[in-house]
Amino acid sequence: MAECSGRPTTWKAWLAGKWYMDQAPGDYWRAVFTSPFNIITGIIICVGLVLTVVRFTQGLEATTNLTNDYPWGLWIGFDVLCGVALAAGGFVIGSAVHLFGMHRYHSLVRPAILTGFLGYFFVVVGLCFDLGRPWRLPYPMGAGYVVTGSNSFGVTSVMFLVGWHVAVYLTVQFLEFCPAVFEWLDRKTLRKWAIRITIGATVFGVILSTLHQSALGALFLLAEGKVHPLWYSPFIPVFFFISAVVGGLSMVIFESMLSHRVFHSQVAHHDPAEADRLVIGLGKAASVLLFTYFCLKWIGVADGQHWDLLNTPYGYWFLVEMFGFVLLPCLLYALGVRRQSASLVRFTSVLTVLGIVLNRLNVSIITFQWNLEDRYFPRWTEFAITVFVVTLGLWTFRFMVNRMPVLYDHPDYPPEH
Amino acid sequence: MVIVNVSRRGFLKKAGAVGLGGSLVGLAPDKAIASEVIAASDDSMGVLVDIPNCIGCRECEAACNEANGFEVPTEEELKDKSVFAEHRRPGPHNHTTVNQFPGGGDGVEARPIYVKANCFHCNKPACVSACIVGAFRKLESGPVVYDAWKCMGCRYCMVACPFGIPTYEYDNPLTPQVRKCTLCSNEGNPNKGGVPACVKTCPKECLTYGKRNDLLARAHEKIRSEPDAYATHVYGEHEVGGTSWLYLAPKGASFEELGFLKLGTAPPPLRTERIQHGIFKYFIPPLAWYGLLGAVMWVARPNADAAMGKAES
Ligand code: SF4
Ligand code: SF4
Ligand code: SF4
Repeated sequence: MAECSGRPTTWKAWLAGKWYMDQAPGDYWRAVFTSPFNIITGIIICVGLVLTVVRFTQGLEATTNLTNDYPWGLWIGFDVLCGVALAAGGFVIGSAVHLFGMHRYHSLVRPAILTGFLGYFFVVVGLCFDLGRPWRLPYPMGAGYVVTGSNSFGVTSVMFLVGWHVAVYLTVQFLEFCPAVFEWLDRKTLRKWAIRITIGATVFGVILSTLHQSALGALFLLAEGKVHPLWYSPFIPVFFFISAVVGGLSMVIFESMLSHRVFHSQVAHHDPAEADRLVIGLGKAASVLLFTYFCLKWIGVADGQHWDLLNTPYGYWFLVEMFGFVLLPCLLYALGVRRQSASLVRFTSVLTVLGIVLNRLNVSIITFQWNLEDRYFPRWTEFAITVFVVTLGLWTFRFMVNRMPVLYDHPDYPPEH
Repeated sequence: MVIVNVSRRGFLKKAGAVGLGGSLVGLAPDKAIASEVIAASDDSMGVLVDIPNCIGCRECEAACNEANGFEVPTEEELKDKSVFAEHRRPGPHNHTTVNQFPGGGDGVEARPIYVKANCFHCNKPACVSACIVGAFRKLESGPVVYDAWKCMGCRYCMVACPFGIPTYEYDNPLTPQVRKCTLCSNEGNPNKGGVPACVKTCPKECLTYGKRNDLLARAHEKIRSEPDAYATHVYGEHEVGGTSWLYLAPKGASFEELGFLKLGTAPPPLRTERIQHGIFKYFIPPLAWYGLLGAVMWVARPNADAAMGKAES
């Protein structure tokens, strides 16, 4: 990355350095428009934009299969629940490095925080498609009082807690990422201040994450009759929290694998053996946590005395999740650590991520309203919008990683240790 | 929906577990919040539904639609019994439905049983507790009402309601609302605050409007004086902490056969509100935790300069 040191003086110079990354604009745009990845994702984005118009002119009925019995579908089940769980990497790595002093993982902090920030940001974007009146999103933050003149703080609602936390945490993650942005823009003084804030922000971020990851599970405590008893448990906040930590760790592993393929020029200086050691270290933590999670889930079944339900179709499905997507990845991670095989750990991270997605979908969609005969299945437009939102996230991630010091240390700002 | 029968002991056990879970979402204080679970005031109004008296004429549906400005079925449509072929639930454009269930008794004497469905107007409503902007309110006089101007359309109220009552105007792109029976207390309703339209119109004295306490006394009096006519349970007396709508079933029929859910007596919001109270009323647990983590960090960092360097990476 040819970063010009010193701040560019004209906006043209700024554009050339910061946006075109010192390529000729013609070459830059030619490359943008001819890459197969861009063409495919470009089509997805065009379709998504059209569907966005349809969603906000024709309503939810025209774009989703939601009903009065299934008020939440793919956009909540996947975009929000899975999005938040898988974006937990930022807080997991952040707390490991800054709180528990595991400094050897520091090269993972920035990519993890960027994923966390963008993950949450696009969770909110996805949520806006699902909300009936998304422009009222600021109501629970106090805007409701200003607009309606009456109290609009639903303090009895777990959703209120989730909403506030996601808003504050989004800001915190933005602050945590600011140093990278200021390094990119060569703002030395701002960066110095941003770093001061980073330390406090990390601690605050850990608290916020712990609270809302579990609160997302607590949302379903009110739906006792609707979530299948094998998935419903008073412990569901604990389940959501632990599985989110595992999901965050696995996403960090998975992502570092992708980054090494996609952005290899930026990680050229990384020692592959050290990268493998980090991945194996994360795999070890994930394995231990998955085992804890596996045991706790059974305590949940025992607590509700639902053993008889295991011998039903939903019970078999529960066993598939528990053994295929919790115990199996747990053992594979352990095996990968034992054999010091980073590739096995990387493979397992994919399986684990799928397992977390399966769990969130099971709670919110697949087993939801399990005793009704009518089942909800998302309409193609719901899938298309979800893919659209994820693609927007990928584009933003790529744009930032290509320009800002995320995967490498900025030459002008060496880490001081 | 699931049949949950939460015994008192089972509930306490679960409440304890939630306390444990709550320590993640912010330690739940042990302080009982029972005071907030108590039914609305003594003057709270409700409706007693005498199911054995219902003849399935659906006049209440027509009256409700009219009072709320929905499309009103014609006399012919009301006579058409084929609507009973499938189970209908209240929707965004009809707040109440009458469904038919096979009756007890033998041979020619067997006659179908009709059950009116609508919002129960719970004493401790899950929909009120769930709403992120407080768009749902339980009035002291009984009704559970909705302020459309606050609602942002997250539909958590629909997820939370144990009876699956609230419905949504999915077909409305810009100003969708949650819709449900208002006990005729909504603005613009000609019966606002008085006897509900459905009660007024019922030709068979199947519906009685009155103070909930009086209705309960009346229900038990009926059970006592006509033991051959009524089942002994009053649905809504204790379910989910009590509801404003109360139901009497015919002898020999169980409420479950009539489409009622078997629910515990504990109000569902009890659990989640413990957690919320822990956080918003006594901000201590999160603050204590913040302090603790801060301390850990302080100890973990070798010296200020090095920590600065690491923080940036
Ligand atoms: S029945 Fe449902 S919608 Fe009606 S008051 Fe109770 S919780 Fe709310
Ligand atoms: S949909 Fe509206 S009324 Fe229902 S919980 Fe959300 S904001 Fe409240
Ligand atoms: S009380 Fe009013 S709104 Fe509710 S079902 Fe009866 S007529 Fe309809």
